[in-house]
Amino acid sequence: MLDPTAHSDSDMGRIEVKETTCYMCACRCGIRVTLRDGEVRYIEGNPDHPLNKGVICAKGSSGIMKQYSPARLTRPLLRKPGAERGASEFEEISWERAFEIMEERLGGIRAEDPKKFALFTGRDQMQALTGMFAKQFGTPNYAAHGGFCSVNMAAGLIYTIGGSFWEFGGPDLERSKLFIMIGTAEDHHSNPMKIALADFKRRGGRFISINPIRTGYSAIADEWVPIKPGTDGALLLAIIRELIQTGLYDREFLIKYTNAAELVVDDPQRDDHGLFRRFETHIEEGCFDPENKLWWDRELDREISTHTPGTDPRLLGSFTLEDGTPVKPAMQLLKERVEEYTPEWAEDITGIPAGTIRRLAHEMGVVARDQKIELPIQWTDSWGNEHDSVTGNPVSFHAMRGLAAHSNGFQTIRALGILMTILGTIDRPGGFRHKAPFPRPIPPCPKPPRGPQGVQPNTPLDGMPLGWPAKPDDLFVDGAGEAVRIDKAFSWEYPLSVHGLMHNVITNAWRGDPYKIDTLLLFMANMAWNSSMNTESVREMLRDRDENGEYKIPFIIVADAFQSETVAFADLVLPDTSYLERHDAMSMLDRPISEYDGPVDSVRIPVVEPRGDCKPFQEVLIELGSRLGLPAFVKGDGSRKFRNYPDFVTNYETSPGSGIGFLAGWRGKGGEKFLKGEPNPRQWEMYKENGCVYHYELPRSYQYMRNWNQGYLEWARYHGMTRYVEPITLHLYSEVLQRFRLAAQGKLPGKQPPERLRKRVAEHFDPLPFYTAPLEHKLVDTHHYPINALTQRPMAMYHSWDSQNAWLRQIHTHNYLFVNPKLGEACGFGDGEWIWVESPTSKVRCMARFTEAVEPGTVWTWNAIGKAAGAWGLSPRANESQKGFLLNHLIAEELPPCEAGDHMSNSDPVTGQAAWFDVRVRLYPAGAEEPKQTSPQFEPMKRLPGQESRRGKWQGYFAGRFRRKKEK
Amino acid sequence: MTQLALVIDLNVCVGCHACVTSCKEWNTSGWAGPMTDLRPYDADPSGTFFNRVQTYEAGVFPHTETYHFPKSCLHCEDPPCVPVCPTGASYKREDNGVVLVDYDKCIGCKYCAWACPYGAREIDEKQRVMKKCTLCIDRITDLTLAESQRKPACVLACPTNARLFGDVHDSNSAVSVAIREEGGYQLQPEWGTKPANHYLPRRKTRIQIHEDELVRADNPLKKEQLPTPEAGETLDDVAW
Repeated sequence: MLDPTAHSDSDMGRIEVKETTCYMCACRCGIRVTLRDGEVRYIEGNPDHPLNKGVICAKGSSGIMKQYSPARLTRPLLRKPGAERGASEFEEISWERAFEIMEERLGGIRAEDPKKFALFTGRDQMQALTGMFAKQFGTPNYAAHGGFCSVNMAAGLIYTIGGSFWEFGGPDLERSKLFIMIGTAEDHHSNPMKIALADFKRRGGRFISINPIRTGYSAIADEWVPIKPGTDGALLLAIIRELIQTGLYDREFLIKYTNAAELVVDDPQRDDHGLFRRFETHIEEGCFDPENKLWWDRELDREISTHTPGTDPRLLGSFTLEDGTPVKPAMQLLKERVEEYTPEWAEDITGIPAGTIRRLAHEMGVVARDQKIELPIQWTDSWGNEHDSVTGNPVSFHAMRGLAAHSNGFQTIRALGILMTILGTIDRPGGFRHKAPFPRPIPPCPKPPRGPQGVQPNTPLDGMPLGWPAKPDDLFVDGAGEAVRIDKAFSWEYPLSVHGLMHNVITNAWRGDPYKIDTLLLFMANMAWNSSMNTESVREMLRDRDENGEYKIPFIIVADAFQSETVAFADLVLPDTSYLERHDAMSMLDRPISEYDGPVDSVRIPVVEPRGDCKPFQEVLIELGSRLGLPAFVKGDGSRKFRNYPDFVTNYETSPGSGIGFLAGWRGKGGEKFLKGEPNPRQWEMYKENGCVYHYELPRSYQYMRNWNQGYLEWARYHGMTRYVEPITLHLYSEVLQRFRLAAQGKLPGKQPPERLRKRVAEHFDPLPFYTAPLEHKLVDTHHYPINALTQRPMAMYHSWDSQNAWLRQIHTHNYLFVNPKLGEACGFGDGEWIWVESPTSKVRCMARFTEAVEPGTVWTWNAIGKAAGAWGLSPRANESQKGFLLNHLIAEELPPCEAGDHMSNSDPVTGQAAWFDVRVRLYPAGAEEPKQTSPQFEPMKRLPGQESRRGKWQGYFAGRFRRKKEK
Repeated sequence: MTQLALVIDLNVCVGCHACVTSCKEWNTSGWAGPMTDLRPYDADPSGTFFNRVQTYEAGVFPHTETYHFPKSCLHCEDPPCVPVCPTGASYKREDNGVVLVDYDKCIGCKYCAWACPYGAREIDEKQRVMKKCTLCIDRITDLTLAESQRKPACVLACPTNARLFGDVHDSNSAVSVAIREEGGYQLQPEWGTKPANHYLPRRKTRIQIHEDELVRADNPLKKEQLPTPEAGETLDDVAW
């Protein structure tokens, strides 16, 4: 064997190194791809990239096995005439034929009733384009996966602090001293969180994990506090109570930067009860918080305009205005609200000892107060006050789906936002930091259409498919107050469903409620498997027929790169490319990858040729948009405007001459501008020369306190990131929610909820956070189903994507149900045995694995490891389908019939967030005579035309020789 | 003599497996490759990995600790796998202490795997040779690479920087400092194999809050003319 030191790897074959952006998960790290003789030799982290700084995760390094996966789709496919939907019987067709089919069908729908076309997408990172396509087409029936992911986190925090976790902001671990992670959070963010967490621990920071399960990040926590699922709100409210009672809150911060001191009308008899008392009746129409509210002046002992220089207002107390109106500061209302939420009360609900709850509150409060950071950075606030320094309270938090995926999640997350606020940690060093384009107004400006008239034949939608309602009149409902969207988003059922409810689209379309649709286009969303609740039933709905023998959902188009379970249910299959084969834009118009210090966006540039006839879905939309004559895609004479997707990205502007396009970097004719500027014909080249990433670092004085930083807000408006320079006051008290409640109580003129929903809206649109058990727990027999069941995403897999990956599937080949030994023993089974898990919806058979790292009332498993037999390029005998299982079968997509309706989504009543983690189960041993195989099983999925033939027993990947060898 | 090694910090390892697959992707197409997979898309896939992460639990709920434990060849200073090799395929380099296998000499007899007390060897059933971690010998000695890149793939990949790489015989190296100052230890030192790789233990950070620190003189409740909690009396209230 050659001495390994005697040669260089680069001597073997023709080497090329190209930079692009990873897409093995939604994290979007910068990568360098080394090719040997055109095959992927090595994918490494780009050391110059601001997001991952050179590191890469297990998925990123395994991109090679995704590129050469036998699950890849390579040809457009049409369901064979006479073949049953779901049977995976397809014939290859040309792209031209595929486009003709779509042009004819969608053109007809658009001319008749555009909402009969529904476009729903998975984790696509291209909502800037897909959302724009839907709007141009004229259908409101569009959303991405946010409704079943973490919309509670986005909405709960954005409606409170004007920003949220992950893409929009996060914990400043570089300067934090105490960091608390609550609930399952491994799913977002990946590498940046790992980098920051390790550095934080090395600097001596204290890390507390509050989670029913101790895995992943929680494993390295200094303290693990196990909690019962769905009870985080009770814990947070008890902590808030303790902080207020002890005086461990940042009074100065609350007064200056939040609505805590603002006076709220306190007279239940009045129609304006619970609204801020405003000294003008005229409110300028705009999506900002007008500064026409009142404080109670301590010295003068009377009301005074907020932010009057030299004034020190009351935070607590009860007062009467000159005109006799009884009022209370918002903080007083919060104090009264949390009065009953004692640590002892929370102990019973959460399972956390009261003493621990008090200690947690004291750790947070004392660190925030006594370890204040002061940075010598001058800045000017929105009221013209100049500050010599930026100060911060070094306590930070992170949370994601663990809090979000419950039907009480919105108010729980409001409580988290308020906890972070009273500790004085918003956009300050060591606390929570925003990422551009956040902070945005509370709520942000875009609004959905206001009624059915917003949908017209051959016309773009009048409004945005997704938006941010600020008041009942912003809802998208008909004259009876009922939904116009197929998923019933922005209706009184889920008024603030800002990411839609993709998890109810198939059930609603199947039932024809609120109406029947014609064509459903799904892009990389595995709705026939792990992305649906009640999966077995949803699979039946997809192939159910009406009395005329026609499919209830007449036409289904699936665009995906892989042979997912959903592909089997398509009438038309569009093969997408891999991430290494296409152009992409991680756009400021969608969810960019900004850093705390300023805006960042990035691109993908192809590093290898597409396989077979794969076509990037973006190109499909550009082509379709051009063929259908959608205004944004054609010139005045109706001819095609953009050559292809890269040309579109270069030249598209949100409106003619707006200077705002998909990419923020190197705008202007010569690339001299950023964020706003004319299209630059060399923009793609400039991204390529700069590692495919654009990073603008803000001046230091614009990096903090951005909700109220005059310099930053003016900068943001100048560069077209925001419309207003008004301060973004934090909503400790949510007047937005109170307006919906008043409407439900019949006290606010304008749109009114249907009678069946009045009580529900009035209860859940509470302007202050409250704790209530998850909806499902109140509607099912929790004595019969006493156990909570959760899923987590393993760090080495991204949802369903990676079982087709030969390397990653060896890390997670099948999943177990993880059970505390005490629970297992009580249920009569042992470690490693086959058991049944039963919910009110369904039951699955799986294997149990005992663990001490879970609280005894909870069981959990890894998400999406279980697969349907034959899917994802795997043999029907593969462990994923024989031993792996899917918890989704157990989770209902709709609640049992209740006062609010017979078919209410199993979701948060405020946001429509899928309540995955509310499911309750019971466990019992499987019979000795039963097969040692997971249940339910499905007819194995057939291999598709154009998909590679089976790989052999052995596979030894060696770049430069792999495909050549296969082709021999 | 130089002895290259890894120092793995269990205090920050979150068990993400980045080291596992970055190792596989570099080495499968490198000097020590390919790293063959058996039944890659069928039941019970089983392939060659030079580095694996094991997860252990210690303690009983609620006092449970979860440990992620990456394990690869420890490049022992006195490696028991070398003298047992009948063909001389298994050898320790004199220039840097890395333990390697010469596939041309290896007959796949597995004596070395039996001799290794750490289970760090991986038989390639297809090629019928023994394989193992090379510390990415073809990266760390490749002078055409920038110095910052002359590190094992797992070290470059690790998002928590839990893998330090260097010469444990150089008392000034980062790895030696970490071993000395952070409580670095060897696996099973009683076997006398003198593993070059070391592990750093968990370290806990705690905050001690004294009862009398809870309420300060500037307690904001005072501004509201509400009674401050009784425990909160300070000198400011009583001294003159």
